[in-house]
Amino acid sequence: MAERYSSFTPGGTGWFLQRITAAFLVVVLAFHFFLLHFVNHAYEVTFMGTQTRMQNVGYFLTMVLFLITATFHGVNGVYNALVNQGLEGGRKKAVLAVLTLASVALVAQGIYVALAMRGMI
Amino acid sequence: MSQSYNRGLVEDFGRWKEFSAGMWAWIFHKFTGWVLIGYLFTHIAVLSTSIGGAQGETTMVGGEELNVYTATLQGLEGLFLIRLLEVGLLAVAVFHILNGLRLLMVDLGVGLEAQDKSFYASLVLTGAITVASVPTFLTGVTI
Repeated sequence: MAERYSSFTPGGTGWFLQRITAAFLVVVLAFHFFLLHFVNHAYEVTFMGTQTRMQNVGYFLTMVLFLITATFHGVNGVYNALVNQGLEGGRKKAVLAVLTLASVALVAQGIYVALAMRGMI
Repeated sequence: MSQSYNRGLVEDFGRWKEFSAGMWAWIFHKFTGWVLIGYLFTHIAVLSTSIGGAQGETTMVGGEELNVYTATLQGLEGLFLIRLLEVGLLAVAVFHILNGLRLLMVDLGVGLEAQDKSFYASLVLTGAITVASVPTFLTGVTI
């Protein structure tokens, strides 16, 4: 029988969260592209336009959740790709620590940016 | 009776000529994933100009005083290279979405016997959506 190569344990929390976030991101990433390239055009984006969109609490919360889920999904994917490549032991722990720090920093900065866009900072 | 195959390590890129559709799907999914997470960090960095923008920071562009966030985004969007990269980003995102849907189906055990065909369908659909989006993405920019 073929060996399993995936670093994900089927049924494990990481495996489950990667898929739950995937299902959410499929919809929101498509919406994000559609809204900012086809409904509104990226070259016409202004601070006022962004601020108006972010005033809508549903949109604001969707964007914050988008940031959190995308960061988790992306960084968890990178981590598992590296584990698949044979990352082990102390280096594996160091990579996990660096990636976790980078994720927390990205989410913190992203939320700060979202609050600024909403006029709350 | 279920059948399994031992195709060897996908990580062993030197064997690429022997790769099956599913292995290419795996590699493309990894590659597009790396691009998307790399872009997310860049995206938040660029959007961080909104912090200055919210405090009323402005900059002069062509004799006009513009909000620093507006000036940064419109300045970038005025570059042909950025527009090309955006088309590339769209292609990468669309493939990752379509192949991701395919992976969710595979995980649920739906359409396993057609997993190679669904990979080819993801590629074709990505190509079609990308080509159809080019005019929208290149509006109002010159080389």
